[in-house]
Amino acid sequence: MNWTLALPEIVLACIGMATLIFGVLHKHDSTLLCTMFTIGGFVIAGFLVFTGNYGFGFHGQFVADPFSSFNQLLILSGAALSTILALDWNRTQGIARFEFPVLMLFSTVGMMIMASASNLMTLYLGLELQSLALYVLAAFARDDLRSSEAGLKYFVLSGLASGLLLYGISLVYGFSGTMDLASLHELLVQPTSASAGLVVGIVFVLVGLAFKVSAVPFHMWTPDVYEGAPTPVTVFFATAPKVAAMALLLRVMGTSFASMVGAWQLLVIIVSIGSMLLGAVAAIGQTNIKRLMAYSSIGHMGYALIGLAVGTSNGVRGVLVYMAIYVFMTAGAFGCILAMQRKGKAVEQISDLSGLAANDPLLAMVLTVFMFSLAGIPPMSGFFAKLYIFLAAVQGGLWTLAVVGVLTSVIGAFYYIRIIKVMYFDAPAERFDARPASLSFVVAATGLFTGFFFLFPAPFVAAAQAAAGVLFR
Amino acid sequence: MTAPLSIMTGPLSIMTTNAAGFPLLSLITWLPLAGCLILMLVRGDEKTVATNARWTALWTSLLVMVLSLVLWVKFDPSEAGFQFNEHVTWLPEYKVGYSMGVDGISVLFVLLSTVLTPVCILASWESIQTRVREFMMSFLILETMMVGMFAATDFVVFYMFFEGVLIPMYLIIGIWGGPRRVYAAVKFFLYTLTGSVLMLLALIAMWQQAGTTDIPTLMQTVFPAHMQTWLFIALFASFAVKVPMWPVHTWLPDAHVEAPTAGSVILAGVLLKMGAYGFLRFSVPMLPDASAYFAPFVFTLSVIAVIYTSLVALAQEDMKKLIAYSSVAHMGVVTIGIFTINVQGISGALFQMLSHGVVSAALFLIVGVIYDRIHSREIARYGGLADRMPAYALVFMLFMMASAGLPGTAGFVGEFLVIVGALQVNFWLAMLGGMGMILGAAYSLYLYRRVIFGRITKDDLRHILDLSPREWVVFAPLIVLTLWMGIYPSSFTSFFDASVGAMVQHHTAALAATTKLAGISH
Repeated sequence: MNWTLALPEIVLACIGMATLIFGVLHKHDSTLLCTMFTIGGFVIAGFLVFTGNYGFGFHGQFVADPFSSFNQLLILSGAALSTILALDWNRTQGIARFEFPVLMLFSTVGMMIMASASNLMTLYLGLELQSLALYVLAAFARDDLRSSEAGLKYFVLSGLASGLLLYGISLVYGFSGTMDLASLHELLVQPTSASAGLVVGIVFVLVGLAFKVSAVPFHMWTPDVYEGAPTPVTVFFATAPKVAAMALLLRVMGTSFASMVGAWQLLVIIVSIGSMLLGAVAAIGQTNIKRLMAYSSIGHMGYALIGLAVGTSNGVRGVLVYMAIYVFMTAGAFGCILAMQRKGKAVEQISDLSGLAANDPLLAMVLTVFMFSLAGIPPMSGFFAKLYIFLAAVQGGLWTLAVVGVLTSVIGAFYYIRIIKVMYFDAPAERFDARPASLSFVVAATGLFTGFFFLFPAPFVAAAQAAAGVLFR
Repeated sequence: MTAPLSIMTGPLSIMTTNAAGFPLLSLITWLPLAGCLILMLVRGDEKTVATNARWTALWTSLLVMVLSLVLWVKFDPSEAGFQFNEHVTWLPEYKVGYSMGVDGISVLFVLLSTVLTPVCILASWESIQTRVREFMMSFLILETMMVGMFAATDFVVFYMFFEGVLIPMYLIIGIWGGPRRVYAAVKFFLYTLTGSVLMLLALIAMWQQAGTTDIPTLMQTVFPAHMQTWLFIALFASFAVKVPMWPVHTWLPDAHVEAPTAGSVILAGVLLKMGAYGFLRFSVPMLPDASAYFAPFVFTLSVIAVIYTSLVALAQEDMKKLIAYSSVAHMGVVTIGIFTINVQGISGALFQMLSHGVVSAALFLIVGVIYDRIHSREIARYGGLADRMPAYALVFMLFMMASAGLPGTAGFVGEFLVIVGALQVNFWLAMLGGMGMILGAAYSLYLYRRVIFGRITKDDLRHILDLSPREWVVFAPLIVLTLWMGIYPSSFTSFFDASVGAMVQHHTAALAATTKLAGISH
């Protein structure tokens, strides 16, 4: 048993428990210290992931490979960025408590396990650890009706999805006799072993995971939860869990069910087209920027799913590049949204951004970079994300997906450039409060990444390539 | 055709064919962006920032212009292939490199962009008073994008610059534009984006087929006939919107009318050439069979554009709209010339693009001059300006005549060559395409009569001032260019003769090969 493979998760969990004990015992307000410990934990875990060995551990239940470490680093970045963003926001909104970073940390541990799962049971454990922490986080502003509603809604619907997933897992186990991803793969290479019950099981697994990445038609919870949850939690929702769920989806489909592409490909294509269309069309009418970002993320998941639909390691590479770029640009865009505070009160209407370019030219410029990037306009990073995805689609001969993809990205561009229009072309509204330094840091870092990605795409893509090589072999 | 530079010594090695090994093209491309970064650092009160921004932008663009003149002087016109090549590995696993290079076709457009940018900056010296720094930054970014697009010899790099142009242009129209600027900016953005994304699909398909996006290699790649058809349609969607061809031209009048003067100048001067340049760089050399197949279709649309939009121009009440429609007509002549695919036709199209770049830019500046004074573009608002503004009337006349294609001005050579080229294809094509010259003369002279001649009836026109020294500086290079191109055209045609010759030869050979292939298979 090679437990050192799970060292990052173990260390991170220990740091989490230590922080929890420290927070309880500490007499004064320990939010700042706990947040620092958490971020430190993320950094240490990131370092351990980066330097860690590859292999199978815990009797094949746990795997560390380039794919898992790529995703884990991404998850840790997303989590760290959201934690930094949450610090000052929670304080001004009066919901600063030391449990907040600790919950984020435990949720992150769950996600890292999801990325490393090589058994359907491990997978489910990771997923539930992640979800339990997320339920609490969504309802963290407990005096706010919308936040409680978001927490409850997420709890009920996510519970349903977990149930479906578990049902799917049990069917797969029942019809194949194993829960190990690698043995499933070996078993399913023989076409005779693919029974109808197994296919039904796969469909249920797919549905459960599609819920977690908020793909159409399992997206209903996304706008409400995004809108209701405290904004830093929304940042978290939009970044790390999406990466984890997508990693899980890729891992399950790319290892165990890789040989049955024909059985699930059409399903993924439909889900992908639905997400792209809905993400493009439904966002147009939104007036709340958090809701708009929710629909935008639905659309982006649609694009990422194209890569899965292709069902090749090039497709997976596209998804990984997409998710990485998506995490940074989304975190940055939300960072700008977090800056939307007037007299200590958060505002979230698109019209509140009116004339931002006159009041705060730098913030407006960075948000413009993010919006153009989300729309996929070169030379921003979002273009490269789409480029690799469409490239994979064409290589796989999925022209329909590529055509729908480019057309919906034009429709989507409309609402992204509308935000730029509001910031630059409209008359200035009241100024926002001064930005905290932590927020400026996150926005500047992600903004530079997004704006100047075109200078250094090669090492990044190479890492994704190495990670993707593990799947669809 | 120079071979693609495939031997690399390291990830950052820059290979150039010019002796010094100096990345001149990259310098020209990225220098404006450096100026933009300097602009970001300017501090002080609003007035100081504005003044500093203007001067920084002007000096940056002048420096870029001087560098591009060096490029022009050092360029060897006898060579048909790409020169000043640079190559840096960029996406190695896909053989996509940051490749730059100019041939006889693109070198002149690089020059056109770098000459028009300082002109635009000077032209907006006084007319832009709000957010001057942002305006200058947008213009410098725009210059980087334009030059990069003409200098790119890799399809992905080309695409990045091609679509990147949208960003600064959207802001220029939307922030500093007229009353309906939001509508115009969004329409411009979405129209051109729709075209561009279809080109992206074509790009990916060609990438798949050829295994590289290096433009010289793609030119040598033979694409299967059925694939060519689809590729042509996708590229056509993108370039036709940019040209713009009838019936996808409707964004242009809106964009022109709402854009600030400098925006209109650069839009008419350079951005409209991007579509035609795309046809010449991609559609014609890479898809010879489809180009020949679709030529009649393109001719039809072009002839409609020439005649219909000329008539529409005749009926306009707004000066900028009139010039915008005349641009569509002139670009119709360009697309006719390109798809004749003979030396005269393509040379004529190129010359027409250059002359239209100078002349229509100048015409928008002409409108800008009186708009700055009276704040109206309505033709009926003016009349009898010759009395008060003799110098203005003279300059206006020169460019009006050039636009109508008077011999001795830039406008004549291009149209004439295109008609000669078209005659080799079809008499009626030449005849109908040539109608543009007659109709052009009609709306030009009609406009000129209404604005310049007659008696001054409006009171505020009695005190209108003639051209200021700054405006003379703006017009001087354009006047010189217009006359130079008209009187001594071969100093320009000699630059692209070799490249055009090679392109036509390549096209004929490719068509012959296909016919031979068809002969064997039947």
